[in-house]
Amino acid sequence: MPTPSFDAIVVGGGHNGLAAAALLGKAGRRVLLLEAADAVGGAARTVDLAPGFRVPEIAHLANRLHPEVVRRLDLKRHGLAFAATNLATTSLSVDGRPLTLAGAFGERLEGDIAEAERVAWAALRGKLLRFSGVLAPFLSQVPPRLKNGGIADMMTLGKLGLGIRRLGRDDMREFLRMVLMNIADVLDEEITDDRLRAAVAFDAVLGTSLGPRSPNSLMTLFYRLAGQANGVQAATALPRGGMGAVVAALASAATASGVVIRTGAGVASILVEDDRATGVVLASGEEIRAPLVASAMNPATTLLSLVGARHLDTGLVRRLTHVRSKGTVAKLNLALDGPPPFTGLGAEGLTGRLVTAPSLQAIETAFDAAKYGRYSDEPALEITVPSATDPALAPAGQHVVSINAIYAPFRLKPDSEAGREAFEARILAVLERHAPGIGSRIVAKDFLTPADIERRHRIPGGHWHHGELSIDQMFMLRPVLGLAQYATPLAGLYLCGAGSHPGGGVSGAPALNAVSRILADGKGSSLFAAGGKSRR
Amino acid sequence: MTPPPSSAGKTWDAIVVGAGHNGLVNACYLARAGLDVLVVERNDWVGGAATSRSLYPGFLYSNCSYVCSLLRPEIMRDLELPKHGLQVVPYEGGVILKQDGGYLGTFRDHDAHRREIGRHSLRDAEAYDRYSAEVIRQCRFIRPFLLRTPPDPTSLKPRDVQELLYLGRKFYDLTETEMADTVRFWTMSIAEFLDEFFETDVVKAGFCISGIIGTALGPLSPGTAYVLLHHYMGDVDGAIGAWGFARGGMGAISESLASSFRASGGTVRTGASVDKVLVENGRATGVVLDGGEEIRGRLVVSNLDVKRTFLKLLEEPQLPADFVKKVKNFKIRGSSGKVNIALDGLPDFPALPPSAPFLRGDMHFTDSVERMEGAYDDWKAGRWSADPFLDMMIPTTIDPTMAPPGKHFMSCFVQYCPPKVEGHDWTDAERDGFAKTVVDQIAEYSPNFKDLILHMEVRTPREIERETGLTEGNIFQGELTFDQLLFNRPVPGYAQYRAPIGGLYMCGSATHPGGGVMGAPGRNAAAEVLRDLKKPAKDMSDAYPVL
Repeated sequence: MPTPSFDAIVVGGGHNGLAAAALLGKAGRRVLLLEAADAVGGAARTVDLAPGFRVPEIAHLANRLHPEVVRRLDLKRHGLAFAATNLATTSLSVDGRPLTLAGAFGERLEGDIAEAERVAWAALRGKLLRFSGVLAPFLSQVPPRLKNGGIADMMTLGKLGLGIRRLGRDDMREFLRMVLMNIADVLDEEITDDRLRAAVAFDAVLGTSLGPRSPNSLMTLFYRLAGQANGVQAATALPRGGMGAVVAALASAATASGVVIRTGAGVASILVEDDRATGVVLASGEEIRAPLVASAMNPATTLLSLVGARHLDTGLVRRLTHVRSKGTVAKLNLALDGPPPFTGLGAEGLTGRLVTAPSLQAIETAFDAAKYGRYSDEPALEITVPSATDPALAPAGQHVVSINAIYAPFRLKPDSEAGREAFEARILAVLERHAPGIGSRIVAKDFLTPADIERRHRIPGGHWHHGELSIDQMFMLRPVLGLAQYATPLAGLYLCGAGSHPGGGVSGAPALNAVSRILADGKGSSLFAAGGKSRR
Repeated sequence: MTPPPSSAGKTWDAIVVGAGHNGLVNACYLARAGLDVLVVERNDWVGGAATSRSLYPGFLYSNCSYVCSLLRPEIMRDLELPKHGLQVVPYEGGVILKQDGGYLGTFRDHDAHRREIGRHSLRDAEAYDRYSAEVIRQCRFIRPFLLRTPPDPTSLKPRDVQELLYLGRKFYDLTETEMADTVRFWTMSIAEFLDEFFETDVVKAGFCISGIIGTALGPLSPGTAYVLLHHYMGDVDGAIGAWGFARGGMGAISESLASSFRASGGTVRTGASVDKVLVENGRATGVVLDGGEEIRGRLVVSNLDVKRTFLKLLEEPQLPADFVKKVKNFKIRGSSGKVNIALDGLPDFPALPPSAPFLRGDMHFTDSVERMEGAYDDWKAGRWSADPFLDMMIPTTIDPTMAPPGKHFMSCFVQYCPPKVEGHDWTDAERDGFAKTVVDQIAEYSPNFKDLILHMEVRTPREIERETGLTEGNIFQGELTFDQLLFNRPVPGYAQYRAPIGGLYMCGSATHPGGGVMGAPGRNAAAEVLRDLKKPAKDMSDAYPVL
């Protein structure tokens, strides 16, 4: 048996895998990172769409890159810079009356809107930011065990309770009332303007299998608002060079800390001996051994496919089988031979984030189709024009447009399979309505449904978050009970991807938490491989 | 209409507004503790939405609520309801008729039901054991909370802290797995929850039913698993989750309560509609009836829903502005209707084997979760469901007192049915259209059904509100979502049955633990009234000690 030449193997070179590898490398471990594709970056890659045109293949906005990840890995030194911070969101309207939510989550409303609405919005916005602020510290915490935990677990729970109590009596009551509400009811209580209601509801449901009227849809908004960009809570930013720049900075940080990155090296299985992970077997058959394996791949894929159910107890297998992970967002990337002609929007407007949803009800109607496995007739879109902020992404005078469209259910009714092209056409039709003539400017495009995302990136269900971000799959229940503390029943095997708390989005937080758990388990053990079961 | 009691000018110890079952339960406990209690009721009969009415010669209609299970056994015992004539007969089974001509029966007996499920899927039959164990475990967990006043989590009063610790300890007594399952159960949709157990559409549809009845949610909406629990936490004769008919219709429950109340010296006045609650120096001091008659009381307990109590019986300036806003935002959307039918005989259902007990229970025609969700989508769009979900009963198969020999009374609970049709008030033509969809659906499975109809009473949320006063016709006096449960029900800070006005209390289903013919809100409110009066809660089992 060959002597392991690495202390740790990280499986999967998406942003979380890179962050985990880099953090372990910084902690002095010799790390090998394995990525199946020819390049690292996973769903945060920037790719060539056509010669001279670069697009964010899937993720296109930075709104939760965790400051601790940026700081510890010194990502700024490794080239991370923002082309724009604090992006505005414009809720487009076909009648040429767009409403712009400027600053972080609509700090200011620009456009004609009643004064009473501005006042009501300022109050609601403040409340939502305060409430999500209570949850923010937990993004970078290992979720506590519900029972039989240690002092650290009690402290985490205690801090959450204290955070809620510190809101003061009135806010605490509101928090406890609102926490499981749906975004539609919340908006019904305060806001009447359709453009504003649609923009806020859109943020709450994007990336989930919820409609605005589904209970718990406020929680997903809290989750989004708990994130920050460049030091500002709930802000949205664009990295210079596209989202791929985040990946590049992470890869650079990893390499600088001695991580060996191997691309084109897909892991076929994880080696298990005596309930302990001892390495991996590549698709090529090559065996690589290490006392620690951290998987940034989906938790169900990791444990059910790479490890195999025979090494796990049936309860855990059942829970993993039931993780809901069906994506709902399709991605359409366009290369244009000129600027996109959005009605009523100047060059300034193009640098922001655009949302097309005529009303909250329209989003709900779009959702209704998805419930039955059909594509929405009138999809709601989130549009960015990365080249408007960062001209290097397209040839001079030309542009790339990046669009998220909801709802595109992963599991389609048999007769809807053929609807893929029709759905793309519907997205383009919505686009054409807001930007007449845009269709004739398209020189190249790439369209990905959740099924395509699953195929390209090995993300089950093509789900952004590697598992629905619903309360029953959050925090100490993410990905499932028993795996929420990043350790697995197999000593030496850890989870460090978006399927773990706090979930997806380009944050690096799951990796940050996983590494802190790994290092804590490793204390007092020279090879830190014995830790997997120490606190179970 | 009862004549006004000859006690004009007297001051009652307590006036209870509304003789629904919670008002009567509340009044019973207050009277038993020695208070001189008057119940005032707008209708000429008692019972609110738990009534039996003779709307067609020879027939008794349970024309609103129609089955019994949730009524707390403690209340039945404390108030000696069996002695006052209440008899609950469990029903034997039920059925879902499938569109393809098949059916799925339900049986009271676990093993019989398991075998029937096995006829559709052996895997589902196996899962049924696991499923019922899980649901019963959740019921056992929640039942101790039903008869307790919710603590105010923001308060540091010893009693609130103590109660919070009690809740916390109950939770902490669970194993870690049970804790996780409980959190999941409270937040998942019933459809997702069932997906973890079952594979067959019709089996899932069968278990879905309790997750949607009375709510303005579809089976795919998160939070509906809790609604299921709400329907399961009752029992008949100790069988958890079992349902039964009250002999003589649901009015028998109200009649037995009224009888128990009178036996304790209480007074009921029907045909007396309260127009305003009298408030003097910031305290409730009585009520004013339509027509101007004043009745004085040392305290007033309202069994009406919160919107009616605070927005109709009181003036906005009498209340804190923040409270009024919360009451206005209280969600009380009606989602169901009712069609009550007198039948000339028992309808045939050719798909069913002749000797099966299916007609002696609840019958359904929605054989998939997807069809239920579709019915909900119609409601969201402001229309009644084109393919409605029906919870249909023929109580006379078990209780012959409700119809002449050989004839039958049929109760159809219908979901979904919006409080307004596409934004406008219901018209009579629309009401008839609603009834037609219901009758047509039944007739699809019963060829002779239409010919047997002698009389039909159709109730959309408009009719339900008109008769019972339930705002928007919501049968639970407010939706059962987490923002309106426990310490949030009816509004945060006022979940302990006390209104923001001294001497005014709430005892209806709008308060914890919510709707259904349970009686728990009425009882819990009585405990709080007696606590304020520093009177021992006589005959109240498991009552709080007066601190």
